[in-house]
Amino acid sequence: MASTTVYPGSEPARWKYLDRIRTRAGPFTDGDAYDGSMVAEAMENMTVLVIGAGGLGCEILKNLALSGFKNIHVIDMDTIDISNLNRQFLFRAEDVGKYKAEVAARFVEKRVRGVKITPHNKMIQDFDEDFYMQFQLVVCGLDSIEARRWINATLVNMVDEEVEDSYKPLIDGGTEGFKGQSRVIFPTVTSCIECQLDMHAPRAAVPLCTLASIPRQPEHCIEWAHVIAWDAEKPFPSLDKDDPEHITWLFKKALLRAQEFNIPGVTYALTQGVVKNIIPAIAATNSVIAASCCNEALKIASNCAPSLGYPNNNYMMYSGNDSIYTYTFKHEKKDDCPVCGNLARELQVDPAWTLGELVESFATRPEAQLKKPSIRAESKTLYMQSPVSLEEATRPNLDKTLVELGLSDGEEVGVTDPAFATVSFKFKLKFKKTE
Amino acid sequence: MTEIVMSQTPPILHGPSEKEKKYDRQLRLWAASGQAALESANLLLVNSGAGVVGVETFKNLILPGIGRFAIYDDALVEEADLGVNFFVDESCLGKPRSQCLTELLTELNPDVHGSWYPSEETAPSLDSLLATSPVFTAIIYTLPIAPERLAQLEAYGRQHKTPLFAIHSAGFYSYFRISLPGAFPIVDTHPDETATTDLRLLTPWPELVEFARDMTKDIDSLDAYEHGHLPYVVILLYYLERWKQTHEGRYPSTYKEKTEFRRIVQNAARADNPEGGEENFDEAAAAVLKTVVPPSLPSGLREVFDYTPSEPIEERSSFWIVANAIKAFHAKHKTLPLRGNVPDMKAKSSVYIQLQNIYKTKARQDAAEVLETAQSIAPGRQFDPAEVELFCKNAPFVKLINATKGVDSASSTCVNVLREVTAQELANDENAEITLSPLSLLPIYLALRATSHVASATADEILSSIEETIPGTKDHERIVSAAQEVARAEGGELHNIAALTGGMVAQEMIKIITKQYIPIDNTCIFDGIASRSQVLRL
Repeated sequence: MASTTVYPGSEPARWKYLDRIRTRAGPFTDGDAYDGSMVAEAMENMTVLVIGAGGLGCEILKNLALSGFKNIHVIDMDTIDISNLNRQFLFRAEDVGKYKAEVAARFVEKRVRGVKITPHNKMIQDFDEDFYMQFQLVVCGLDSIEARRWINATLVNMVDEEVEDSYKPLIDGGTEGFKGQSRVIFPTVTSCIECQLDMHAPRAAVPLCTLASIPRQPEHCIEWAHVIAWDAEKPFPSLDKDDPEHITWLFKKALLRAQEFNIPGVTYALTQGVVKNIIPAIAATNSVIAASCCNEALKIASNCAPSLGYPNNNYMMYSGNDSIYTYTFKHEKKDDCPVCGNLARELQVDPAWTLGELVESFATRPEAQLKKPSIRAESKTLYMQSPVSLEEATRPNLDKTLVELGLSDGEEVGVTDPAFATVSFKFKLKFKKTE
Repeated sequence: MTEIVMSQTPPILHGPSEKEKKYDRQLRLWAASGQAALESANLLLVNSGAGVVGVETFKNLILPGIGRFAIYDDALVEEADLGVNFFVDESCLGKPRSQCLTELLTELNPDVHGSWYPSEETAPSLDSLLATSPVFTAIIYTLPIAPERLAQLEAYGRQHKTPLFAIHSAGFYSYFRISLPGAFPIVDTHPDETATTDLRLLTPWPELVEFARDMTKDIDSLDAYEHGHLPYVVILLYYLERWKQTHEGRYPSTYKEKTEFRRIVQNAARADNPEGGEENFDEAAAAVLKTVVPPSLPSGLREVFDYTPSEPIEERSSFWIVANAIKAFHAKHKTLPLRGNVPDMKAKSSVYIQLQNIYKTKARQDAAEVLETAQSIAPGRQFDPAEVELFCKNAPFVKLINATKGVDSASSTCVNVLREVTAQELANDENAEITLSPLSLLPIYLALRATSHVASATADEILSSIEETIPGTKDHERIVSAAQEVARAEGGELHNIAALTGGMVAQEMIKIITKQYIPIDNTCIFDGIASRSQVLRL
């Protein structure tokens, strides 16, 4: 049965709706983990990190400020573009070109009295563990899987079993069109973003020979202009995907190619979409997913109701294309997760492959997705991307087959990638049986 | 062929306009047609209670550029609004809430026009607003609401055929319910691209047969390049023809036959090459189970065919006339008009384009036949050929929402439906552990519904109200918990749940205004504790 006493924080009249819920136990509140009298103060003393000040980030900042959090940091290195204005509601036309983190922080601070938001116009990789140590919660609204993997690996690495403060719950949201997902990760305790990597399989690349000689789709013509024609003609010193002049150049090239092969459908919008890998995004879906993330943040911070994450469901999938469908489930932690598991992940390989082929395959495998991998075997270094001297010294290995390099079935290799500086991914080579 | 090349007007070479740039990320979802529909929409929010969920809904509709909105709200801004609503600030205290909300919402998008009520000069009451305003495209009202006011809105909805959205958000719970004025058909449902492949391999038409035969007449003597670039459609047609010859004129139909057929196709690949196989034959084998299928009539379309519009005005709409024309087409040909798209497959460019044109030409012929039938059903009516073509293209995926007539929330039919659904849902819950299905969220709906007309209520009051509507429920454990959880909120909103629900309602509003994608039918319940939703027809 619900308790009746409300324990208000510093401004009872202002926060009365929130206080009724967060400071009073309900029928689903876990009594052992909950003390309503401590909640308001505890939340006022927490520092929360928001990563991303875009479509989700704007919503997240608003939602956290109206959930009783008082100290918030936000990291985003991007500046505001006109195409953000259909959903990033803290920005106006006159803000185009300014830093997102800065404008978003100032806006929410001005609107919601008493909240302090510290903007960082930087990359997450610019900060070290000491910086991340100051937060009690991390909420991500990102569009890049790479950034998610980086912060995930960093938070998992920071866990020190002796130090309670070193566990930073990670709440992550993502959207695409009418669909999205939100998930909660307790680093080292529950399934992490790396465990769930196969939920984000990379799109299959079109073979180069299709682009070069047998295009059939408008996308093939655009990729041809992007990958082949640009390099051959170098119309500008370097490709800036946000420069309309550059996109127009690619569009015209793609159009000529399409006309040559009678392929319909090349447009400016499609060209931009393919080259920039644009994902459709709307305010409504961001509103759903960001609020789901912040709802979990409130529950984790207050214990006033059970949150996603532990011990049961940790993942909510949302789809609005056909009616509304949510699927909330438990994604299991993987023992062979290269970031939070103890065991090496199995990797199917052909022993007749060259090391170069193996290195290339890391980029496209759903379970790896590493673009610049360096590889070490148990007893020797196989290939290093940097520094230059080591790269040169190990480059000849790329042409040797796995067998020639003395690798054996079941052998463990360690893989590092500059995108995930702190992590060494463990893989176990599993040789394909040849018939 | 000539006709097709001609119809391919070169796209304009200049870049996008400022508006196209601003709305780029959403135009990729609903295109210019959807955007135009949004921009001509005129929406009303009748706000109440803590007053957040409707405002969050509007935020998500103003950003993408609805035409106009109006907010009717009797409340003055008080301190508690500042802790839960983002579209009021310190300077608003004591002012009309509708005014402050409208002013701060309008800042979001200079393209959108907003107005607020009650207003002494123009519309001092809801009655006068409804009587004098240009017709609303849809009305959102939040709960709790006074019964008289609800009756006014329902009367307006009936009179003007206006969809009504009811939203209730309290604490961790919310639901919203859409009342549509009649059956709501959608043509542009945006099915998953992968689900749309329809190659008619078992009912090929002469042009396609001839094309495939011509490419495969000397299949064994084709050189490695030609053989390795036969499109999989051609490969499958060739081996289906051979199968028929050895199987008394029948195509593979059982699963066993199809796997056998797949093996034949796979084995026909040449392996005497450096790759040790052929990609196009791999594609052909992989496509067997999905594409070697007889034409069928999907359930959504069958429902459309079987439905009789209840009102003459519906019957005369172009949707139902074209639907009838397609029904006639199906009766005559035992198959639907062809969609006409060909998935990408390994092939030489020119061959693929030829194949694509064979499918497109057939699709155009089918659509032309449907157009002709439609014109014979309704002589003198002008039909937009593009609309007919879209209908033909999407025929397998059209969807009918709210197929029976809309009912008032107060009517006895509604209560009977609720009793039936409650019995069903509670019975399902008994087996939930065995069927591994999540527990019903109906208890949340029942508990919120019990506070539809009161600012707040105790758990006991909620339970006795539910008991009155649905006897025998007051001791049900999950209903008791839901009542307690609703009572805990005392009618207050949590910003997150309001924002989340406002996102869902905005998605549904966009679907209904643009007539694209598929809206819910008709109630969606959200549980912010378990973080999941359920859609029920109530």
